[in-house]
Amino acid sequence: MKSVISVFRSLPSLEKTVEKCLISLNTNSSRLVIQLFCKYGVTKTHNLSYQDCESLQALYNTDTCPNVLRAPARLLSDAVVHFPLTLSEVTLMASPGKVILKNYVEDEVDPNKAMLTELSLSREEFLEYQLQKLDPITFCLREFRGLLGFAESSGLPISIHFDCAGCPAVFSVDDTVLEAHFVLATLSDTDLASQSQNYGAALPNNNDDDFLGDDLDYMIAMETTLAGASSPPHSPVFNNRPLPGPTLEEQAVSSGDEDEEEREVPGTPPNKKFRSLFFGSILQSSGQAAQEVLAEDSDG
Amino acid sequence: MAFLSQSQSDDDPYTFTCSLDNVRNLSNILKAIHFKDHAACFATTNGLKVTVENAKCLQANAFIQAGIFQEFNIQEESVIFRINLTVLLDCLTIFGASAVPATPTALKMCYRGYGHPLTLFLEEGGVVTVCKIHTQEPEETLDFDFCSTNVVNKIILQSEGLKEAFSELDMTSEFLQITMSPAKPYFRLSTFGNAGSAHLDYPKDSDLIEAFHCTETQTNRYKISLLKPSTKALALSCKVSIRTDNRGFLSLQYMVRNEDGQICFVEYYCCPDEEVQDAES
Repeated sequence: MKSVISVFRSLPSLEKTVEKCLISLNTNSSRLVIQLFCKYGVTKTHNLSYQDCESLQALYNTDTCPNVLRAPARLLSDAVVHFPLTLSEVTLMASPGKVILKNYVEDEVDPNKAMLTELSLSREEFLEYQLQKLDPITFCLREFRGLLGFAESSGLPISIHFDCAGCPAVFSVDDTVLEAHFVLATLSDTDLASQSQNYGAALPNNNDDDFLGDDLDYMIAMETTLAGASSPPHSPVFNNRPLPGPTLEEQAVSSGDEDEEEREVPGTPPNKKFRSLFFGSILQSSGQAAQEVLAEDSDG
Repeated sequence: MAFLSQSQSDDDPYTFTCSLDNVRNLSNILKAIHFKDHAACFATTNGLKVTVENAKCLQANAFIQAGIFQEFNIQEESVIFRINLTVLLDCLTIFGASAVPATPTALKMCYRGYGHPLTLFLEEGGVVTVCKIHTQEPEETLDFDFCSTNVVNKIILQSEGLKEAFSELDMTSEFLQITMSPAKPYFRLSTFGNAGSAHLDYPKDSDLIEAFHCTETQTNRYKISLLKPSTKALALSCKVSIRTDNRGFLSLQYMVRNEDGQICFVEYYCCPDEEVQDAES
């Protein structure tokens, strides 16, 4: 991924000099060949090595999501700049009048000592505002920032389809030539429930609903995989990122020129139950092999 | 510039004195070879040559002809001393390195001879700074014996075409491989890094290429860490001449136009790496 970015690193000069770009796959030597034909007849040829990857199939359906928000990317990126760069997750709480974004504080951190950032966006600022369930969702900020950057550069509004906590949130950008779906995992309820204890009145949600949804997830998880049965004690510090980042991102790039760019960004699912729901179909293969590439994930 | 005449009142004879109305004509070109702390300075009646070396494999020379200086006096056939280039550059830019101030800094540089410091008088807007920099025992510099009669391939091109290439060099590659050939690919720069290989091809009829004299196909590898500092010279230059001789030694000559439109030259010599294995293409 990084190497592909380095080819297209200096965009301004690329726009000035490159006349044609040819991307091909040399299967004999296992190289991704990117040729840039520049001004003055200069040819740049990059032969990039690549690695096999398992493609992820995220299970989601935007049509059935009860909640849809649509907003200009600018609005959301202006909102997230207020969060510290080191923050890993944010919580989005939608209510009929406004959307509140706040930093997610892990369980073991004393909320009285942690820095809390919270801001609200009023309903008028959104282009579309459809809410049926009022569950807060918590997702990775880093990936969210990435997709905001992408959406902002293309000047398109972002649609957010989400359901309850623990269900994937789909962020999509649509255009006539491009349709990008970013699927982010959200933290499942067990974490949120414990957090809502910390926050007390801060969460105006209906707990019964939550548990119902939770049970449902759990059932599905049980059906899809056996591994889900042995839920480990939940750990809010996500030591084991179960899915390899680089492979995912490479996949996104290889289909970059197609009309539809599908990009699933792995979240930091908190426990196996949740993970098996989201990525149920590939859980078995995402074991040891996936772990090996984890090191590269950190700054991919 | 009253101070210039004052400094002459000292009766001790200087073996070497020179003065410049705009110190940037000197400091800019020295920056192009500033990749090591120490430099050897040679002054002859032709001008000043400053040499920096690295790892006994790379030599960079900056030539500032006597004509660039408003005044250039030398009492002996040649004057040699070694100096801390970092300190010299710090002193030369003591009034700031940017081109923005309208009043240029004037310089007078004096050297009494062996064992004496190099004395700099810098003046800007009536403020004079005097710097004395210790000189050091001159060390022998490398003789690359790069003779124009042994040159096999020579390409002159506009620096514009190489600037991007050098600034984007894949630094995970140990080498920069340069291929020059009378046939395709004519002129090719290749790197072999972690992410894969990259080739940059220049056709010989490109508008960037001013002269193309290649007699045989040569492929040599040069340590990228040694060549990377030459990017500084490239950035200043308007044209570059790339030559290789029959031993594969590389000469890069940069033509640098200073703020007064005068031409100076910076030259880099580099040894090839010995073993050239069959490169993946």
